[in-house]
Amino acid sequence: MNILVLISNVPDTTTKIRFVGDNTAFDDIGIQWIINPWDELALTRAMELKEAGEIEKITVANVGTKATEPTLRKALAVGADEAIRINAEANDAYFVAKQLAEVASDYDIILAGIEASDYNGSAVGGMLAEILDFNSVSAVSGLNIEDGELIVNREIDGGVQILTIGAPVVCIVQKGIAKEPRIPAMRGIMMARKKPLNVVDPVTVEDRTSFESFELPPPKAACIMVEEDNAQDLITLLHEEAKVI
Amino acid sequence: MSILVYTENWDGKFKKLSYELVSFAAAIAKELESSVTAISIGNVSEEELKSLGNYGANKVLNLVDDKYNSLDNKALSSAIGSASIEECSKVVLFANNNLGKAVAPRVSVKLNAGFVSGVTALPVNYDPFVVKKKVFTGKATANVKFNTDVKVITFSQNSYEVVETGNNVIIEAFNPAVGEGDFTTVVKDTNKVTGQVLLSDAEIVVAGGRGMKSGDNWSGLEELATLLGAGLACSRPVSDEGWRSHSEHVGQTGKIIAPNLYFAFGISGAIQHLGGVSSSKVIVAVNKDADAPIFEASDYGIVGDVNIVIPKLIEGLQELKT
Repeated sequence: MNILVLISNVPDTTTKIRFVGDNTAFDDIGIQWIINPWDELALTRAMELKEAGEIEKITVANVGTKATEPTLRKALAVGADEAIRINAEANDAYFVAKQLAEVASDYDIILAGIEASDYNGSAVGGMLAEILDFNSVSAVSGLNIEDGELIVNREIDGGVQILTIGAPVVCIVQKGIAKEPRIPAMRGIMMARKKPLNVVDPVTVEDRTSFESFELPPPKAACIMVEEDNAQDLITLLHEEAKVI
Repeated sequence: MSILVYTENWDGKFKKLSYELVSFAAAIAKELESSVTAISIGNVSEEELKSLGNYGANKVLNLVDDKYNSLDNKALSSAIGSASIEECSKVVLFANNNLGKAVAPRVSVKLNAGFVSGVTALPVNYDPFVVKKKVFTGKATANVKFNTDVKVITFSQNSYEVVETGNNVIIEAFNPAVGEGDFTTVVKDTNKVTGQVLLSDAEIVVAGGRGMKSGDNWSGLEELATLLGAGLACSRPVSDEGWRSHSEHVGQTGKIIAPNLYFAFGISGAIQHLGGVSSSKVIVAVNKDADAPIFEASDYGIVGDVNIVIPKLIEGLQELKT
């Protein structure tokens, strides 16, 4: 079986968020870029499956400009066999899904992170499945392959289901899919330079949504402090003032 | 043409979030001079279906077929897509929960519709159709415009008050044609955690962090949670250390919650944790470090020892109850 792991290039999670162009665009100057955390876990699981002999090849794909290549090289350093970059800006989820569909139809399993930590779209995985007419399953916290069958752990309200699903399938993965993201070893980083990173031209697709403007939250009012000795006063405040209990 | 709302059920029952969604749909329908159709899939009683009318549904499409119990995403999208087309819906709403986020993007592709998840309020504008959502994991808000005729949205829980309007609601049987390749999901086993307040439903959440010092120190928090009818949560290090289950982890890579009240005991307030709880209406922090970043994100705070504060809070609550 072959796996395709979708990779988003996102700002490091501790980044201070700022907007430019009169609040119409994210300020990406001086940003430290990383693999989207859920995609990183997806890639780690793919590596574990490859090492267990269940998967032959891991391809990673991203829709982005040349600026995303360092992140794709990191994915290759972790252990992906090849990378594909579709040369376009990723401004809309449907646009991204349509681009990926051009290179994704031959895979048995596509892994997509449940959302990207920048725009929190929660869209591309499901859209890609529909475009390709693949099965899909989401909130996936575990993936195993036994005798060519896919065994998936899916999180539901208050519990976990164990289920099987037919390939080809898009598995939309969340926390639990791998324990910790794999860190590339020095050897992996060296080898990454020689692995193929193919750049593909985009197809013409309209953006179905547009980000018009952004706002930072209003500054929070100062925290109302209560003394440790009078901690029970907090209950009174929550009941009478905040009215939440 | 109606606003279509997918009202998921849990063992045949709706939840508060279902009624929030219908109330929200009703408000949009009013603005667009349209009506609200809910689509229910599963075994839901007539009385329960009619309850949707109390919150603004004019019609309920009732799809009863055990084949959908596996929650196969392809099949669900197919059914809901068919309903949208039949109803000529211009707006299709889902809850912003696991199932909503799984199915809605598929439906949007079927309908050639734009899709926005995690919408937090009524549209900012109707022509062009612009909605608000949180981005950068809660650090900012974006106004997103739809460039399409049909719009698919997942709507965040606890973002809209339920509004009782009382409607005569028509219940109609719905039996869409099913695709050949649908229903490949087969559930083999289900492990449910019973007897606890689900984090996704909890209006009050009590969370502990590394400052609790040990997984053996949780009984105070558990008692507090029981008194409040609250869900229990924890920060990432706590679940990574194995003190608490991963299902309790709230934060950027865990669950994102938006309760009315969130207690953070012994949690320093790292950005990744705040990303999971910043939409809470009221945040209370207890930490012995006065400089802990959590206090910048909180509405109420106590600088002190959790072991001294928690018993006092429990006492205070017991007094309140009497």
